[in-house]
Amino acid sequence: MGTFSETTVLLAVAAVKIAFVLVFLLTAIAYLTWLERKVVAHIQARWGPYLVGPHGLLQPVADGIKFIMKEDIVPLEADRVTYWLAPFLGFVLAFLSIAVIPFGGSFTFRGLRIQAQITDVNVGLLFVFAVTSLGVYSVALAGWSSNSKYPLFGALRSSAQMISYELSLGLAVVGVIMMAGTLSLRGIVDAQSGFWHIGRVNTWLPHWNIFAQPLGFFIYFTSAVAETNRVPFDLPEGETELVGGFHTEYSSMKFAMFFISEYANMVTVSCLATLLFFGGWHGPVFGPALLQVLLPVFWFCAKVFCFLFFYIWMRGTLPRFRYDQLMSFGWKFLLPLGLLNILLTSLAIAWHEAP
Amino acid sequence: MTVLFYICAALAILAALNVIRQRTPVYSALSLIVVLCALALVYLLLGAEFMAVIQVIVYAGAIMVLFVFVIMLLNAGKETSRQRSRLARWLGVPLVTAFLAEILIAVWSQFPPVAASPPPPPDGSPAAIGTLLFRSYVLPFEVTSILILVAVLGAVVLAKKEF
Repeated sequence: MGTFSETTVLLAVAAVKIAFVLVFLLTAIAYLTWLERKVVAHIQARWGPYLVGPHGLLQPVADGIKFIMKEDIVPLEADRVTYWLAPFLGFVLAFLSIAVIPFGGSFTFRGLRIQAQITDVNVGLLFVFAVTSLGVYSVALAGWSSNSKYPLFGALRSSAQMISYELSLGLAVVGVIMMAGTLSLRGIVDAQSGFWHIGRVNTWLPHWNIFAQPLGFFIYFTSAVAETNRVPFDLPEGETELVGGFHTEYSSMKFAMFFISEYANMVTVSCLATLLFFGGWHGPVFGPALLQVLLPVFWFCAKVFCFLFFYIWMRGTLPRFRYDQLMSFGWKFLLPLGLLNILLTSLAIAWHEAP
Repeated sequence: MTVLFYICAALAILAALNVIRQRTPVYSALSLIVVLCALALVYLLLGAEFMAVIQVIVYAGAIMVLFVFVIMLLNAGKETSRQRSRLARWLGVPLVTAFLAEILIAVWSQFPPVAASPPPPPDGSPAAIGTLLFRSYVLPFEVTSILILVAVLGAVVLAKKEF
């Protein structure tokens, strides 16, 4: 280690972490599509993909090859620059927010302290929200640049929905921030270690925010589903009315990029739900040193997987909302509920800290 | 750090020029978003992470989305070049000259750096900003909130009239 300067080592560690997270995430997304098709199929008493590989396990690879081989059709009247920009923007932004997500504790390797996170920003939570709020442009530009009727309608719906639900998404996490007293995602998870105590009695319930903020979690997850345009809030791509929504005119790899960014956003939102409400990587840790490093990462991934499964489960179960119902649900129900949650949380904190 | 600053500054200026140069409204709006993001990066370089992120959330994420939204809704095409307004010629040129001169003087007066080492940057953490807002500047803060509330009510009343 002595031959390299400190900066080189830091850069190398960061590069390794980025490569590891990217490869892991892309594979996870590929198999998330497989899982979704499989689970929805079993819910509907079908087999799902079965032919490519055992239990269709190679289906994502086949899909990838298919997307690359397909002809890339650009509509004649499309606005070329923005038509290109939109899928790339969505793709980059979807992967950018993963940079601040912590997925485990920290450990020491050859005297070097390594955190299981690409970078620890002290406003990490707000960073994710900033990146998410820019994601609207990808959708809006895709619809507009296609210069076609249905994509435009889809994009208008989609961006209106995303703007509306961003508000309640932001309000829902304020309670968690107030309880943790920090905006750093690592700090928020650290505040959730241990068990809940009532007076001096240990309840053996993990000190997760979900038990203190059930309302906050409900608002967060509902808005998150709407923010990622998933069932039952997938109005932007309601096939029966809008063909395919904002990406109707996209084909081949550009369509695949929208597809991948949608799934990446699902992963991000599930990661945030785990970090904010379900104690992040906290869980029973035991055994030798290597296991103590890997177990938190395993707990984190397991919790995220539960949320992703829940997403798919909802898709197989719930019907779609009507658009005006969706808007009034967001503005007239979730938003006041979010404000109420902030009021209750601040009252509780004031009560708790009163001398 | 200095190199990054010059890159961000150049990006901001080029994008700002592009805002007025473009004839398609959507491109102008997109360039404005680039300007705002470049400014956020400059804040970040100054060590004000909170301000940088808020800049992106509020300006680039919320306000500009509405701009783009309206442009899309109106389906505004290319701007047709009309007769340039005479006001711009007689008032614009002197004002731009005055503005540039002012900046030049401001930069010039800084040129031989007065202090050998610049003062430490103020604490830009959310807690520090919150304390400042709710202790020292609580009156301006509340007055601004009321102003925004009035604006919101006004917007709702105006929007209701249409139907």
